[in-house]
Order: sequence, then structure tokens, then C-alpha cells
Amino acid sequence: MFDWLTEFFFPKQVSTFASDIDNLFYFIFYSSLVLFLIVVIGMVYLSIKYRARKDEPLRLTSSKDHSNLLESLFFIIPLILVSITFVWGIRSYLKMVIVPDDAIEIKVTGVSWFWTFDYPDGGQTLNELVVPSNTPVKLVLSSKDVLHSFFIPVMRSKMDCLPNRYNVMWFDATKEGVYDIFCTEYCGTGHSAMGAQVIVMKPAQYEEWASELGADDDSIPLDELGARLYTQKACNTCHTEDGSALVGPSFLQTSQMYEQERVFDDGTSSVIDDNYVRSSILEPQTQIVAGYQGVMPTYQGLLNDRELDALIAYIKSLDGDSQI
Amino acid sequence: MIENVKQNYLTHPKGIMSWLLTLDHKRIGLMYLVSGILFFFMGGLLALGMRLELAAPGNDFISSEQYNNIYTLHGAIMIFLFIIPAIPGALGNILLPLMVGAKDVAFPRLNLASFYIYSFGALFALYTIVNGGVDTGWTFYTPYSTQSSSNVVPMTLGIFIIGFSSILTGLNFIATVHKMRIPGLTWYKLPLFVWALYGTSLVQITATPVLAITMVLLMLERFLGIGIFDPALGGDPVLYQHFFWFYSHPAVYIMILPAFGIISEIIPVHSRKKIWGYKFIAYSTLSIAFIGFLVWGHHMFTSGQSVFSQIVFSFITYFVGIPTGVKIFSWILTMYKGQVSFTPPMIYALSFLFLFTIGGLTGIFLGAVALDIHLHDTYFVVAHFHYVMQGGTIVAFLGGLHHWWPKSFGTMYNQTIANICAFGVFLGFNGTFFPQFLLGLRGMPRRYATYSEQFVELHSYSTFWSGILGFSIFFAIVNLFWSFMKRNKVDPGSNPWGGMSLEWTHTSSPPHPHNFETDPVFEHGPYDYDKVIVEKTYKK
Repeated sequence: MFDWLTEFFFPKQVSTFASDIDNLFYFIFYSSLVLFLIVVIGMVYLSIKYRARKDEPLRLTSSKDHSNLLESLFFIIPLILVSITFVWGIRSYLKMVIVPDDAIEIKVTGVSWFWTFDYPDGGQTLNELVVPSNTPVKLVLSSKDVLHSFFIPVMRSKMDCLPNRYNVMWFDATKEGVYDIFCTEYCGTGHSAMGAQVIVMKPAQYEEWASELGADDDSIPLDELGARLYTQKACNTCHTEDGSALVGPSFLQTSQMYEQERVFDDGTSSVIDDNYVRSSILEPQTQIVAGYQGVMPTYQGLLNDRELDALIAYIKSLDGDSQI
Repeated sequence: MIENVKQNYLTHPKGIMSWLLTLDHKRIGLMYLVSGILFFFMGGLLALGMRLELAAPGNDFISSEQYNNIYTLHGAIMIFLFIIPAIPGALGNILLPLMVGAKDVAFPRLNLASFYIYSFGALFALYTIVNGGVDTGWTFYTPYSTQSSSNVVPMTLGIFIIGFSSILTGLNFIATVHKMRIPGLTWYKLPLFVWALYGTSLVQITATPVLAITMVLLMLERFLGIGIFDPALGGDPVLYQHFFWFYSHPAVYIMILPAFGIISEIIPVHSRKKIWGYKFIAYSTLSIAFIGFLVWGHHMFTSGQSVFSQIVFSFITYFVGIPTGVKIFSWILTMYKGQVSFTPPMIYALSFLFLFTIGGLTGIFLGAVALDIHLHDTYFVVAHFHYVMQGGTIVAFLGGLHHWWPKSFGTMYNQTIANICAFGVFLGFNGTFFPQFLLGLRGMPRRYATYSEQFVELHSYSTFWSGILGFSIFFAIVNLFWSFMKRNKVDPGSNPWGGMSLEWTHTSSPPHPHNFETDPVFEHGPYDYDKVIVEKTYKK
């Protein structure tokens, strides 16, 4: 319909079925607006027209309490409107559930509190879903722990992620760009930070990107790679660089306390060194820093050795006074 | 008119024990009212805390953990400790026996037991709060609720216990409506508030046991590790959602039907006009109560249930909408050729019609599966159910309080202040929740402690108006209780709005401890404004 109106109500339309869903919205919106105006104008008109005048004596009022014509209209008109809405809602819905045969399949896994994406030709990304434009993409969703829900507003699509079960959604992106992904099923402390991005590329560009995926880039210095991983692997959801505490301790604090004792919630303590950082990433539940909750998931299988080294180097680099 | 009444239930008998052990439905109703309003204020403060945090993105006021606790407690307190028990418990208890001409409810001792069960359950909820809260959301979705280290067990135990209070009150009301009506007061002569309470009670006794069972299963899973809902133990989290919504969708009607009843009383009385479509309103109450049991699946449109289920639940959902719509038209047409006075209860009733219509119509958007998938678990849903629950139920409740206040407590509040507060509630409510429809359409998910920059403007707008809403509700209620403190007494025979049902014409204000000094005789129906003139009597 009108572009400015779409921009006002909705995020961009990026999937093939988005405009159909928006049009359904406008149909319900305008029908509702008419019904709403009938209610409000009727209410205001009747209450003012039949208001009790000042010092008007009480009188017997009309015994009229039904009108077959009006009541039939009030029944039939909404019935017609909701029937159209229902059928339209189902027809559009079927377009959203019937996945084209030629769709490429990407596995989406929700983990508290990040998303991983596994691509058909191998390789994995974290919090960045890369898809080709004008190609149907089928997402197979599940969760590693609690419920999550995978929501891409620009695609007008959403599906819950359940542990031990697979749900399916699909879309065909029509415009290249970078768009938001949100988690919409409450999943605990980091729920509101469990965002990701979908990057829609031209198919050729996607092919190139996919073939490079998984290949190590040895040319980047370790601490720079670590800085990149810090956001790519969603460390920043729970750990800050500036010393303030979020869900977990700040990396700056860890950096400043290098070679010093850290106390854990079971009363034990240990010196912070490279081995400590490595095991905290791979087995986060074994040593929990006092004052924090043991809610971090394991990164076993999500980081290779060079990436682990990179993160260690990056954490150490945060403290400017450090000799290392 | 009854003159020279010496006794009323508030002052006779005297002493603290006479209150704690009272079997008088009016005193029990008053105790429900006071405790309900305390929880309402508590839930309201939590809501303002949330809005304050959401005024700007980022965790600038409270942490995410605190936010999660606050929104969970807000929901749980408002629903389980205020809306569900307080409207039937307070207004229902005080008015139902008076309206049917009975001396008390059918089982007065059971009624007192109900109140104590409610209080006992509420203690668990209070314990949850002082013990550090609970962070699962009022829906307690598994497996998060089986794994969370917060106070899931005390809270669900509290809800389990309060459920029994709900069931017993429902049972009591059903027996009262069936067996305690005076001769001549046939079903079609009953005030519609009685029909509404009857429909509510039917839902309470049939749906609440399912919630109780669900809560027991949840606790068994946590304590004994029996895998029912947690996939890690071999359970099914979607099964939990089915169980939960099988209760919680009908619970929406436990919350809204009494509000329909209140509106069906306020509008004819303040318009001095026979109600439009009496039988339709009465039967639609029962049909909504019934159909309400068959639509729970629309809370699960993104859970991955089968396509066939999606279609069936979407279809049945619309069948709740149609009778509700005709009800709204009936209330409006009731004013036709009446004598409408813009008293505080009427202002609340008119604002109910405005707000509830928005709440109902936005339900149509959510019933369409394809559109719901975009809107599910966003602020659109938050706005929708607040338009129904607060704009509908709580606005009707405030209207009902203002309507029956002089009758129940024999005092009159300042009507100018009451009108100003009613306008404040209306404006503040729309200002707070209307922007949330837009937030949801633009993709803002619910239950977020922080959010991205694109949503700032609408969120801060919503927060600003929530302050006005909070102040208006607070002063509206203070204004009511102030009249009580100030002993701004009305004449004992007072009928300030010219009501025609038994509680207005046959009892004093406040009523006699035994309700009626002599056995009431049925003379005219509750809405016979075309047959009899009942004078408005009101003296300070």
C-alpha cells in the first residue's frame, strides 16, 4: 500500500510474504477502525443526545430494548469481516509453512544467550546469519537448553526453539542488507541481549563467503582476532571491556587481576593464568567467580585452538599496564 | 425506603474477633477488597519500576535480573492476587446475596474459609518477594522454570493454594444463585451482574483444577526429578504450555466476565433505561465462558503445533469475538432514549467501552495466524492484554467501586475529584499503552530489560504517561477511602443513582447485618425504568 504508512507501522518488508501479511494487517486495521468509530461515535452521540438536563424530573423512559434489524447487522457484518480475516490469515500462513523444495537448509541453535548457525557446506557462525538474496532459505531450529524463539521482524517470521525437537521456518529475502534478529521467548538474565543479525548478500557474494567459511585467517594478529571474536562469539552479551559487571565479570577485571588470586563461590581460589581462562571458556561451570551465577554455556566445539589463544591474548591486552 | 436504621454491618457487632471470625458476606467482601487493593498497589508500583527502567535503553536503573523479577512479580500479583480473587471476592461477595435477596451466601463458613485460604496462599507470594523474588515470568514456562534457582516453588505453591479459594468461592456463588433467590426473582429477572458472577463461577470451578494439577506436576518435577515437562528428563515443554493455557485462557474470562457484569449494571442505572438485549447479554456470558475453553491454542501459534491445530484454534477464537462485539453494541444502545447522567461510575463505564473495544479489536489481529506470527511475544500483545485487563477489567472495577461505594459503606466520595481521576486514568492509560501497539508492530519483543535505540521514543513516551496513570489510580482510590475516614455519611436510605435492583431499593446504606430487616418482596425487575420511577435519594 502506501510506503510511508508501511514505514510507520512496520519494519522494512524483506521476505516474499511480508507484503501479503502487511496487507492483511491493513485490512483488519481499516475494518477495525470503522467498527471502532461506530462504537465511539454512537457512544458519544447517544450519551450527549439523551443526557439528563439540569433539574429535569425523572421520567419513565422508553421500553425499547431490541431491534431485530440492528442486532442482525451487528452479528452479520462482523461475521463477514472475521470470516475474510480468518481465511486470509490461513492462506498467508500456508505460504509461510510450505517450504520450497530448492531451499538451502541452515541449522539454527539457540543457546543461553547466543545463536549458532550451521551451513549446508560446513562451517558455523555465531550471532550472524548469512543468507543469499532471492533464494529460499529453510531454517531448522532447536535449542540447547531452555526455550528460545527466533524472530526476524523484517521477514515477518518467528518460530520457537525447543530442546530435543526441531521446528522449521523459511523465508526468501528480497533485499540485501543487515537486519535485526531477536529472541522472543523469555530465557533468563541475558534474554534482552540475545540478539543477532541476518546479513542478506547477493547469491554470488554468498557463494564466495560460504567457501571461505571455516578457513582460518592466520594473517591477523592474535589479540586483534580476539577482539573480533569478542563480539562475534557474543562474549559481550555478558562480559564488558570497561570494568562494569554484567551477567559475568568484566574482561578488564580479569585482565587486571592476571597472575593474581581469584576467589570462587565454593570458597576455593586460583591464580588467573592462560590455563584458567581457557578452562573458563570450555568448562565454565567448574569454577564460578564469587558473586556471579553459573549460567554460562560451554564453548566446547564453538572455538578452535587458535581462536582460544586469540581470546586469551585479547583479554590480556585489555589492561594497559600489563607487562605481557 | 427504610428509615431510622440503627444497626449496620460495619459497626455491629464490634471487636476484632467479630471481624476475623465473621461469617457476614459483606465483611468478608470488605476484607477481600482491602487485601486486593493492597496487592493492586504493590503490582502497580512494580509496573512503574519497570516503566522507569524502560524509559531509556540499557540497564541504567536496575539490572536485568532485577527487571526479570519485577516483571514476573507484577504479572503474578496482578493476576493471581488481585484481578482473579478481588473482583468476585470483593464486589461479588458484598453484592450477590443483596441482589438475590438472601441473608448471606449459601455457605457462609465456606466463604470465610475461602478468604483464609486466599490469605494463606498470599503469604507464600509475600515470602517469595522477601526471599529474593522469582524470575520465570508469570507463565512459568518449562524448562526454564524447572531449572531456575529463584523461588519457583513458593510462588507456584501459593498459586496452587489460592486456586482452592477460587474454586470454593465459585461453588458458593453457584449454590447461592440457584437456591437463594427470593420468590419471583426468576433467572431472567436477575441483575446481569449476577449472571456474570454465575458464568465466572462456572469457569472457576472447571478450569482452576487444571492449573492446580499443572502446578503440582511442576513441583513434582523439581522435587523428585520426574520428567514431565523438562526435555532433559524426557519431558515435553509444549505439554506444559497446553496445560497452562487450558487454564489461563479461561482465566481471562474469569477476569473479564465480572467486568461485563459491572458495566451491565452501571450503564442502565446511570442512563435510567431498560438494558438493551437482556437475554442476549445473559446467554453470551455463558457462551463466552464455554467457548473460552476451546481457544487456548492461540497462545501457542509459534510453538510448532500442527498446521491443522493452528487453523482450528484460529477459527474458534473468532467465535469469542462475535458475542463480545454484540455485547458492546447492546451497552451503547442501552443509552438510546434514556436519561444519561455523567456521574463517576458512568465516566468509567464509557471509558471501559472505548478501551475494551480497542482491546477486543486488537485481538482480531492476533487471531489471524499469519499476522500473529509477526506479533507474537511482542509489545503488541502486551498492549492488547493491558487494554483488556486494565482498560477493561480494572476500569470496570473502579467504576463498580464508585457505583456501589455509597451502598456498601454508607459514605459518599468527592464526585468532582472522582471524575478528574477517571479522566486521568483514561488519558494515562491510552498514553501508556497505545504506543506499545506501535512498538510491537515495529518488532520490539516483550520481557526485555534493555532494548535498541530505534525504540527509545515510544518507550519514553509510554513511561511518561504511566506516571499519570499511576497517580490517577492512586488518587481515585484514596478519594474513595478518604470518604470513609472523613465519615462523609449518606442518608441510610440513600439510593444516589436511582438503582432498581434489590440492593438499592430494599436495604439501608450500609446494609443491616442481616441484609434485609424484613423479607424482601420482589416488586419490579432490575431494569424496569419504563415501568416504575425510583427516586434518586441522596443527602449528605
